[in-house]
Amino acid sequence: MSATTSNRALPGIYHKAGSLRSERRWALWTAYISLIIAAIVMLAPPVYMFMTSIKTSAEIADLSGTPWWVRNPTLDNYRALITNPMFMGFMWNSVKVTVLVVALSMFISVLAAFALARMRFWGSQWLATGVFLTYLVPDTLLFIPLYQIVGGLGLLNSTWGLVLVYPTLTVPFCTWIMIGYFASIPKELDEAALIDGANWTQMLTKIFIPVALPGIIAATIFAFTVSWAAFVYPTAFITTPSEMPLTIGVVSQLIRGDTFAWGQLMAGALLAALPPVIVYVFLMDYYIAGLTAGATKG
Amino acid sequence: MAEGTSLALPRNDVPEGASLKRFARRRSTIAFLMTVPLMAVIGGLVIWPAAYAIWLSTLNRRMTQFIGLGNFEILLDSETFRMVIFQSIFFAVTAVILKALIGFWLAHMLHHLPTKGQRKWRGMLLVPWVIPPALSTLGWWWMFEPSYSSINWILAIFAVPAVPWLGDPWWARISVIIVNVWYGAPFFMIMYLAALKSVPEQLYEAAAIDGATSWQRLRYVTLPMMRNIISITVLFSLIVTFANYDIVRVLTNGGPRDLTHVFASYAFQVGVLAGNIPRGAAVSLFMFPLLAVIAFFVLRGVNRRSREEM
Repeated sequence: MSATTSNRALPGIYHKAGSLRSERRWALWTAYISLIIAAIVMLAPPVYMFMTSIKTSAEIADLSGTPWWVRNPTLDNYRALITNPMFMGFMWNSVKVTVLVVALSMFISVLAAFALARMRFWGSQWLATGVFLTYLVPDTLLFIPLYQIVGGLGLLNSTWGLVLVYPTLTVPFCTWIMIGYFASIPKELDEAALIDGANWTQMLTKIFIPVALPGIIAATIFAFTVSWAAFVYPTAFITTPSEMPLTIGVVSQLIRGDTFAWGQLMAGALLAALPPVIVYVFLMDYYIAGLTAGATKG
Repeated sequence: MAEGTSLALPRNDVPEGASLKRFARRRSTIAFLMTVPLMAVIGGLVIWPAAYAIWLSTLNRRMTQFIGLGNFEILLDSETFRMVIFQSIFFAVTAVILKALIGFWLAHMLHHLPTKGQRKWRGMLLVPWVIPPALSTLGWWWMFEPSYSSINWILAIFAVPAVPWLGDPWWARISVIIVNVWYGAPFFMIMYLAALKSVPEQLYEAAAIDGATSWQRLRYVTLPMMRNIISITVLFSLIVTFANYDIVRVLTNGGPRDLTHVFASYAFQVGVLAGNIPRGAAVSLFMFPLLAVIAFFVLRGVNRRSREEM
């Protein structure tokens, strides 16, 4: 832009400034209206699930009023589930599998990410790319051969089989984002540690893990939500109700025959969805950091 | 790094060159050992099963005889499987386009808000992504339930006749897409919002001074700056959507008349439920070429993006 044109444009700017303000106000209104509509659509299913879960079966069957509101709220569905040993069994299986998988995958990925981000060795670049590519391999491509492999190990219908295969869902992505977080730590820090005579273990535990803690929390949240929500593997590997985790347990076992206990089904689904939602509510920023880190290196 | 090590080492009596070399050798050994568990996971649980799947797909039903590409031929000859191919592609492409558009729109709208208010809205709009999809789909299933459908109840207010959501093939396809869009659009929104925030404000100021309209700002500033993240997100989502299983399994389980099966659910039906493991492996392998092509582009995009950021 040359000086002459911008000079000539000056009145235009003033004119624009006025229209810019009204444009901005208009934009704000559109924003609020679209966001309100979006929020209603996004929240309608969970709200409706909640409404159904606090209804009695009689009220669910009654078609006279609006289905979106509850007239005689009751906690019976939740009470029935909490006292149901089968449902608590699902819960326990989910907790067991998730805790083991999270611990295992964080151990594997923090070690590997540290090595890949800081210590070059033959093939380390290839391995880093390989990690990312494995992350892109969907579980639905692997479940049939894994079904055979897990079956061959005698781990079908066992939560241990799930502990064995879930790391394919969690480890690649956790390693990938940890590489990003570790690589962003300034090299001066490790130099300082080396001068002070720290060895590699001390460097990892005293410097890298504390400094990259936000990344570790984000990766842990990711591993937790993924293993809690995993569906393909348990559906394929587990058919005995006593070994089922929550996702497949709720979907397959709370549906019986032709008459669905809708209230109980919705209560079960909500209870099962609660842990990831709680984690999300309290650690939203870490959750989002982990989500967006996938497309970039850190 | 080299300075640090040479400063740290003179305490030893070993000549400096040799100790450095030994140090380097030791370092790479440690590094290698640290990645062994990772390589075990990748090798034992991804590469080995993938190779095993290829081997499995060339066997006959009882896995006693090698039949080459027989399974693939039988599949391609079957009307049902051709429908599966169509449905998978139709489902993935439509759902991803809708998710990308809605996500882009919502990210833009969020970006207009004052920063303080954004957090609350973002928190609310991301809820569908947080609930495990198998469970939220149960809720949708209940909303689509023919005699109690709460969606039809709302439609009835506007005098729209009841929709047979899961009973009619085309409506069932649309239902599956609706649920997938509902679940995935927030992810796009978050990704685009992060990208929008990284566009320097000065560019917009410069564009405004040059008299750019809001459409021109979008077209010549926002889109070029976000091009890379848009393509990564779209391609990534294409993989995930293409390989989706949860939603189809819970919502329609392939029905009516096997018309809403996608690769994953059909592979499950053939391989695990009907017990024809080789053919199930062949079904899921059909996903592979497309995924490989997409993965190549994702990787290129990610590498380019990390170069830009350096």
